[in-house]
Amino acid sequence: MKRFIGFIKKEFYHIFRDRRSLFILFGMPIAQIMLFGFAITNEINNVDIAILDKSKDATTKEIVNKISSSKYFSNREAIENEAEIASVFKKGKIKAILIFENDFNKKLIKEQRATIQIITDATDPNTANTISNFINSILQKYQQEINKDIKIVYQIIPQTQMAYNAELKSVFMFVPGVMTIILMLVSAMMTSISITKEKELGTMEILLVSPIRPFQVIIGKVFPYIFLSVINAIVIIVLSIFIFKMPVRGSLFLLGAESILFIINALSLGILISTISETQQTAMMISLMGLMLPVILLSGFIFPIASMPLPLQVISNVIPAKWFIIILKGIMLKGIGITLVWKETLILLGMTVFFIALSIKKYKIRLE
Amino acid sequence: MKKTNVIKAENLTKMFGEFTAVNAISFDVKKGEIFGFLGANGAGKTTAMKMLIGISTPTSGKAEVAGFDVYKNAENIKKNIGYMSQKFALYDDLTVKENITFFGGIYGLSRTQIKEKRTTLINELGLQEVSNELVSSLPLGWKQKLAFSVALLHDPKIIFLDEPTGGVDPITRRQFWEMIYKTAHNGTTVFVTTHYMDEAEYCDRVSIMVDGKIEALDTPKELKKQFKVDSMNDVFLKLARG
Repeated sequence: MKRFIGFIKKEFYHIFRDRRSLFILFGMPIAQIMLFGFAITNEINNVDIAILDKSKDATTKEIVNKISSSKYFSNREAIENEAEIASVFKKGKIKAILIFENDFNKKLIKEQRATIQIITDATDPNTANTISNFINSILQKYQQEINKDIKIVYQIIPQTQMAYNAELKSVFMFVPGVMTIILMLVSAMMTSISITKEKELGTMEILLVSPIRPFQVIIGKVFPYIFLSVINAIVIIVLSIFIFKMPVRGSLFLLGAESILFIINALSLGILISTISETQQTAMMISLMGLMLPVILLSGFIFPIASMPLPLQVISNVIPAKWFIIILKGIMLKGIGITLVWKETLILLGMTVFFIALSIKKYKIRLE
Repeated sequence: MKKTNVIKAENLTKMFGEFTAVNAISFDVKKGEIFGFLGANGAGKTTAMKMLIGISTPTSGKAEVAGFDVYKNAENIKKNIGYMSQKFALYDDLTVKENITFFGGIYGLSRTQIKEKRTTLINELGLQEVSNELVSSLPLGWKQKLAFSVALLHDPKIIFLDEPTGGVDPITRRQFWEMIYKTAHNGTTVFVTTHYMDEAEYCDRVSIMVDGKIEALDTPKELKKQFKVDSMNDVFLKLARG
């Protein structure tokens, strides 16, 4: 035990004396969460919209004025028919298009209801969502105004359509996603680098010749990163709750336990990588290409898995991050308990056991 | 007085697939001896050494180190030997003191033992001024001496040195051999691999490996007589050319 404590002390010296690793450990999580956070919660301002007004009557003009006089929308462009919608969006400047149906005012008076179509460019789903909410609230306010003094209720019915990404699947995904990336990075990449560093310097050989056992060496190297990853997870959760009002509706304890499971999963991957790479550069390249890219691209963090081609959907199943993101999302956003994420937890657990077994086997072969 | 053998190897063999890296070598090393393990690069020196220090299991043959069997008791061997590689592996981002403390710790020395050893070692090597400096700031020669002393921290019965003088200047090499002599004089057996033939002259006995086999084993004086040459360099050349 005393040996072990000495070993861990040494690991912390390594970590705290290396500015680069310190930055990756603590600078990056904060920087990433801030970046993603502000990109997501950024308030919309002066968003360019286009109007397709088929009736051009007093009411539609009033509504258009109301919308464009708000500080959120500006620079409206008038288009003449539906055929132009696609080309307007493709230019990229216009984020939303309002379409008033024919005889808007007449219908409103005669049938007490008229429809406005709101089409938003949902390639950036968060902005699209915010825009449609803002327009809706302006319409609602206007509706209240015109209904104030009369008995018949006029209804303006907004029909919202998210072009390009109908279900807005990545909204609020950023915290689970960033957390997954950071934990993967810190746990897998940093440990694989720190183990291969010892190989490269020749100190691993010295350690193997000493009475300290190989598994003690590995645990000693991995332990500080468990500790640091847990701190990172806490920092990320605290930041997202207090700065970005991210809800954590489920149990914090379950969240913590699942995070530790994922951390151990990532660490075992890191150990596995270190057994197959001889130099720090190789370890880093494998970690980046083999772990980070799939985590970013295939875990559902940025691109919804449901909209991937089938082969990629199948591949995404072997990526631990996918399951962790599902679990995190479930706990944080839906507030579900273990009874609803036990399947994902079991998959993650199985993967962890598999990676640990594989790295033990690989490690033994290497020692031969 | 008959000295005891601290290393015994008998037909020790290591194969990697079809390739025989070490081919049935047999030799004994006596207590307090400086045993030179010579050979060209790739002759199998390092592989043979790895079997003796317990990090590689032999394919066949027998070997005992410090009284323990290499198959069954590798863990006990590790407690009784010291090892220094050609990289003088110390931690560059740890200070001199921290390195000593760390290696003392993994060899299971108590805190007071470590403290005592640390003070004597730093004084002996004249490192008082730099004891709180990072090892990365030390010149190569100092690192080498420090690495050697660190390998001796736990008073091992045998110290294995894998090409310990690679890349250092001749004066430092000479000083380093003085440290080796002193160590052997204190009763620690020194097992040293090298490809500097002049260093072979400093050894009590020398074995020369060619293509996985030990082709010659005797004192430098006897070897020179046997091959009728003036230097170990010529002995080696004669052997290597067949």
